[in-house]
Amino acid sequence: MRTLLNIVLGLVVLGGVALLAFIAVPVQPTPPQQQVAADWQPEEGQGEYAMRLADCAACHTAPGGERFAGGRAIESPLGTIYSSNITPDDETGIGGWSLEDFRAALYDGMRPDGTHLYPAMPYENYRKLTEEDVRALYHYFIEEVEPVQNAAPEADLPFPFDQRWTLRGWKWLALDEPGFRADTDDPVLARGEYIVEGPGHCSACHTPRNAIMAEAAVDTSDEAFLSGGEIAGWTAPALRGPGSAIAGWSQEDLVAIFSTGRNAHAAVNGEMQLVIQDSTQYMSEEDLAAMSAYLVGLNEGVLLERSEDVTETEALIASADPDMPLGARLYIDNCNACHFANGRGADEVFPELDGNSLVTAESPTGLISMILGGSELPSTPKRPYSLRMPGFSDRLTDEEVAELASFVRQGWSNDAAVVSADDVADLRGEAEAKVE
Amino acid sequence: MARTDPKKDVVIVGLGWTGAIMGIELASEGLEILALERGPDRSTVPDFKYPEVIDELEYGIRFGFMQRPKNSTITVRRTGDEVAQPMRRLGSFLPGDGVGGAGIHWNGQTWRPMENEYRLRSYVEEEFGAEAIPEDMTIQDWGVTAEELEPYYDRFEYMAGISGQAGNINGKIIEGGNPFEAPRSRDYPLPPLKQTVDAKLFAEAARGMGYHPFPRPAANASEAWTNEYGMQLGPCNFCGFCERYGCINYSKSSPQTCILDALKRYPNFSYRVNSEVLRVDLAPDGQTATGVTYWDEEAQEEVTQSADLVILAAYQLHNVHLMLLSGIGEPYDPQSGEGVTGKNYSYQMNGGTTMFFRDVDFNPFAGAGSVGMAIDDFAINQIDFGAEGFIGGSYIVAGNSNGQPIRGISLPEGTPEWGAGWKQGIGEWYGHSMSIGSHGSCLSYRDCHLDLDPTYTDRHGRPLMRMTFDWKPNDIRMTQFMKRKIEEIAQSMNPDSWQSSFKGEGARYDIRPYQTTHNVGGSIMGTDPNTSAVNRYLQAWGQHNVFVLGAGAFPQNIQYNPTGAVGALAYWAARAIREDYLPNPGPLV
Repeated sequence: MRTLLNIVLGLVVLGGVALLAFIAVPVQPTPPQQQVAADWQPEEGQGEYAMRLADCAACHTAPGGERFAGGRAIESPLGTIYSSNITPDDETGIGGWSLEDFRAALYDGMRPDGTHLYPAMPYENYRKLTEEDVRALYHYFIEEVEPVQNAAPEADLPFPFDQRWTLRGWKWLALDEPGFRADTDDPVLARGEYIVEGPGHCSACHTPRNAIMAEAAVDTSDEAFLSGGEIAGWTAPALRGPGSAIAGWSQEDLVAIFSTGRNAHAAVNGEMQLVIQDSTQYMSEEDLAAMSAYLVGLNEGVLLERSEDVTETEALIASADPDMPLGARLYIDNCNACHFANGRGADEVFPELDGNSLVTAESPTGLISMILGGSELPSTPKRPYSLRMPGFSDRLTDEEVAELASFVRQGWSNDAAVVSADDVADLRGEAEAKVE
Repeated sequence: MARTDPKKDVVIVGLGWTGAIMGIELASEGLEILALERGPDRSTVPDFKYPEVIDELEYGIRFGFMQRPKNSTITVRRTGDEVAQPMRRLGSFLPGDGVGGAGIHWNGQTWRPMENEYRLRSYVEEEFGAEAIPEDMTIQDWGVTAEELEPYYDRFEYMAGISGQAGNINGKIIEGGNPFEAPRSRDYPLPPLKQTVDAKLFAEAARGMGYHPFPRPAANASEAWTNEYGMQLGPCNFCGFCERYGCINYSKSSPQTCILDALKRYPNFSYRVNSEVLRVDLAPDGQTATGVTYWDEEAQEEVTQSADLVILAAYQLHNVHLMLLSGIGEPYDPQSGEGVTGKNYSYQMNGGTTMFFRDVDFNPFAGAGSVGMAIDDFAINQIDFGAEGFIGGSYIVAGNSNGQPIRGISLPEGTPEWGAGWKQGIGEWYGHSMSIGSHGSCLSYRDCHLDLDPTYTDRHGRPLMRMTFDWKPNDIRMTQFMKRKIEEIAQSMNPDSWQSSFKGEGARYDIRPYQTTHNVGGSIMGTDPNTSAVNRYLQAWGQHNVFVLGAGAFPQNIQYNPTGAVGALAYWAARAIREDYLPNPGPLV
């Protein structure tokens, strides 16, 4: 009896010590992945360019706030996380951080004091950054950015997710090997792959999350990688495989969408607008071409299921039959002017609805939000026009939006599930708040 | 209350077509530019948002996008011996208000004048003798030629994404286009619009009579278009709400769709709305402008804004008003014929014939501002002025711009104007009528002019501008000629009935019914400082740092809608400023 008690007591003590060690013993930060000379200095503009590739601005700038001063609310399924201040302010930012501190944040999701960062910071992907890019970013944020004093709010997560120390265990399970290893010998494709897998952190949204909420894959070689995910309730479409949103797109189509937010097929929506606004429009022609070539390669052999014949949907709309179903009638009254009876819109101005990934997304949240609240494209040097689709929330009831959304989800070659008025009701308040 | 703002390189008065063109052309030079717009800001969404803007009562009848006479108007008289009265309600013409100006609410009819229209006096004298010009007719040459302006028309048309069919490319006549047009260097950027039923029937009839129908050039995009600034148009869907409305669909060329978002990207460009320029300030010696004084509506105070260069880019009437108020150019005196500012105000001579066809469905609800088929067989360069007894010409056109319910329904003569009979007429005839229109020249005359009114003032205490204008026998003879030609075509189409509306002998100008917003002249261009207000680069003769854009420059009106020429002249002046004036500021002539 006493022996058993001693064993139990011993195990408890051991467990306690292990837990203490788990919490308190410092994590060993990942070392540099390449040798770069100690006196290496980025070229003029290289730091800023690395920042654009990694799109630091989108998350680390609050709407209407100072650039990189943090405080942007990031909705996660567990609660709201606020991005941190990454200006070199000593008190509230990253002033005084060493290169090692900075690298540990990017690679290991650690602050200098050992605090674990929530994986809203995509260190799963930034672990692939080259040492040169790390150094360039460090130089940019420490030397080139002006310090701004702004304390970001604390994350608002329920227990036990507010216990940051538990993330150490999550990282054991979630984090892959650091460093980037190309899946190809072609240097152009490899560059594209690097941008997508590493700094571009495309998979943070476009790859599904697994049971522990980590990215299901972080490498091109795994077919789950870029097979579609979710962001703020909107579907981030698959970029490869049977449901690929970019199947059939040419390299030029992809370059156009990255540099201008629009192309012959689609216009970017939701969070992707921030990516265009803050990141991809600034990429060099070479990098855009490389990233696009890589993505075209990912979609080789994926066929478009779209017929060039007049579809039943188009014939129904063109019939102008007064007895046509409500959804079709609403389409004529509200959408047809720009998107046309064939659902093909017009190049670079009015997106196609036939085969549009927002329309056919598994979650109808994006589509419903778009119908209710509209959308405005970012202005870029090549396409300065902030083309804007108006919202229809003041004009259509929940039932009507549901009928309309269901109609376009099943129109032409689309084949997505219908939408209910309840789905719309849930999103209406959000859309209206956004307009105000 | 008054304030003085920091100096700018350039101040632009008005942010419509010409202000936007000059803004972006000069912004690309890196100059610090401020544009002052008296009206509010306007964008496609929300200001032209579907379906709110498709409201004929609000915008078609109550003029939602137009200037308010209580804020800005003129006085009008027909002859020098009448006492001018203030125009207290808009009617004959509709100047716009707000960002985009009239460029948001036009139909989009985008023409180039005939070659001889730029040198009308010389042309008439050479071909028909100086005695063919009546004593009181004050037509002049522009001081520029079609050939010189061709690259600037080309630029404007490609910037604005015009849909059309060329008829003469570098002298080669192109089948299906206008064979009488001045040579152009290449085709239109976009193919012509699809045609409405009335246009097709008209074209067939005209062809049958040996005429040469061609699609009316349109600033309603037939396909998606991206212009030199990266700005974009979407294809027109024939909603039938162009004139008096902003386009819901990004399909009508306007400063908004073609320039503004690109212009706003320049950090050296800014604009202020609700800021009405009161006068151009001149240096003590009067030889240059020092800037402008404007009324800041929000701050409720006068602002002195100095600038090295002043661009007057407001509507024609307002440009001339500012010149008169500011002492730019000698005011024109109709008694002596001396002076230049306010000289040769002119308008447009239009008429039309409406036909009723019981058995034809015209589907008028599908229309576009500049859809249609036209003929130029009776253009100003096709008519023997000696034989016909008038100087002028017209294009003739059929094309359905709208089928709006309040103003867009024609009824046969004799239909009651109200009550059950009217209702019955509407039921019977909606969708069963079409019109053939004449859009003709209006020349300039010694007494038709603009000056400051001796009695009435505006809300800022400034004298209103006074318009003296009446129809003249020469132009009435022109329109009567067109009436005969149109009625021949109409009769050949065998309508159930038809009726004409053309100015007849003795017709007097009536400010009340809408006619056209093609007010021209008053700041006319030319080669002689004694007979023109600005030189051939639209630079004020007396103040080299003032440029005056717009249709005020036309020494008499062309037979076409003015916007094409207004746009081309803006690019022409912009080139002169960029390449010649900026390196060496001073008179360009």
